[in-house]
Amino acid sequence: MAVKVIIPTPLRAYAGKQESVELQAATVGEALSALTSRFGELKKHLYADDGRLRSFVNVYVNDEDIRYLQKDQTRVREGDTISIVPSIAGGS
Amino acid sequence: MATKTGIPAAPGTEKPAAALSKEEILRYSRHLIMPEVGMEGQLKLKQAKVLAIGTGGLGAPLGLYLAAAGVGRIGLVDFDLVDFTNLQRQILFSTSDVGRPKIEAATDRLRSLNPEIQIDHFETRLTSENALDIMKEYDIVVDGTDNFPTRYLVNDACVLLGKPNVYGSIFRFEGQASIFGAPGGPCYRCLYPEPPPPGLVPSCAEGGVLGVLPGIVGAIQAAETLKLIIGKGEHLIGRLLLFDALAMRFRELKLRKNPDCPVCGAHPTVTKLIDYAEFCGIRGEEAPAPQATVPEITPRDLKSRLDRGDDLFILDVREPHEYQICNLGGHLIPLGDLSRRVSELDSSREIVAHCRSGKRSAEAVEFLRQAGFRKIWNLKGGILAWSDEVDPSVPKY
Repeated sequence: MAVKVIIPTPLRAYAGKQESVELQAATVGEALSALTSRFGELKKHLYADDGRLRSFVNVYVNDEDIRYLQKDQTRVREGDTISIVPSIAGGS
Repeated sequence: MATKTGIPAAPGTEKPAAALSKEEILRYSRHLIMPEVGMEGQLKLKQAKVLAIGTGGLGAPLGLYLAAAGVGRIGLVDFDLVDFTNLQRQILFSTSDVGRPKIEAATDRLRSLNPEIQIDHFETRLTSENALDIMKEYDIVVDGTDNFPTRYLVNDACVLLGKPNVYGSIFRFEGQASIFGAPGGPCYRCLYPEPPPPGLVPSCAEGGVLGVLPGIVGAIQAAETLKLIIGKGEHLIGRLLLFDALAMRFRELKLRKNPDCPVCGAHPTVTKLIDYAEFCGIRGEEAPAPQATVPEITPRDLKSRLDRGDDLFILDVREPHEYQICNLGGHLIPLGDLSRRVSELDSSREIVAHCRSGKRSAEAVEFLRQAGFRKIWNLKGGILAWSDEVDPSVPKY
């Protein structure tokens, strides 16, 4: 399935400065692993050393949080949008 | 007088019901003529008590709009002084305010905008010790802070006190907004259970921010606050609003209450305020530099060695757009490109690496030492220190 992954501003520096990336994947896990194999530096920003998604990074398929779907195993459909949404704290 | 408004005091109450004076009716007439606000809504605004944490980028438009709208009591919390770099976006302040405490300048500005309202000012950093005391007086808390420890502190205190937390956050061109801690709604920890480790997510001071971005996000927080007070419309409860100013696009994600949330879940494990610096892995005021100490040279020592005619290679690891602001005539290789452009460097020469503050160049020195470079130093304090100690004509940014 062709899916679009939206890269948030703080992580664009590690993803070739792109706003979004088109990928082929059947699940969220596949899409993220395709993404991190294309952009190696992104990996340490998305995953902790134990291989789990970092707790200040959320992943959504369309507008649903994958923590409340099937996490990495969440299936994606043609044309779905996967959003990576890290916490940001700026305000001043 | 109360008779003018036709709203009688509720029987049995000690205080007379709030009423609008003739001047207030004129001032708020564009609210009063809309049925969604009307006299009822405007009186709710007059009786409302809102606490704004932070008077910076988000707090500035927020404070201005809440004051203009007639929120009867506004509390401000800030401990900082106005500086020149604030003026690009913190629209509460004027050039003449530089050097003044923000809380003082903000209070003056809001009082002159609307003398009908009460401004409470707390010139202090919000801490686990004072947060509950400061916040308990208010109906709604608005989070306009700029760091993770304070955001988790505001969240937890709001959940413990049962007060809604109108949240906004910004980075470069991107913003987030939501309402946390509303009855039945999620809290910040439901969204992000833990903060990022220090140093992994750059702050606005490091990453920059489009001046108008906090204006937009702070105005969204103001709109949500006013809607909560008048009880109208659809709120951002359970919704995370994302805004990208570069693409000029809003998106919305569903936000769920986490039943296992340590603060607002069914079996909370956080039942009082904790040490948020420790929770965020930070000791002291700012995140410590993550890298180990590397060999350094002070700006003065570098200057005297250059004056002596020593053959030193100056390596600038900043970005090209920073080089345009000011430079020391060094060879430019941005930190991110260093690994693939290392062949441009001659390890037999003495190299001094620098950036803006000395943080990125310390990483560069560490990387180059691991790559076998031995005669390499980090310029301590970067171009900022060079400007302070050697050449004040070099602008600071």
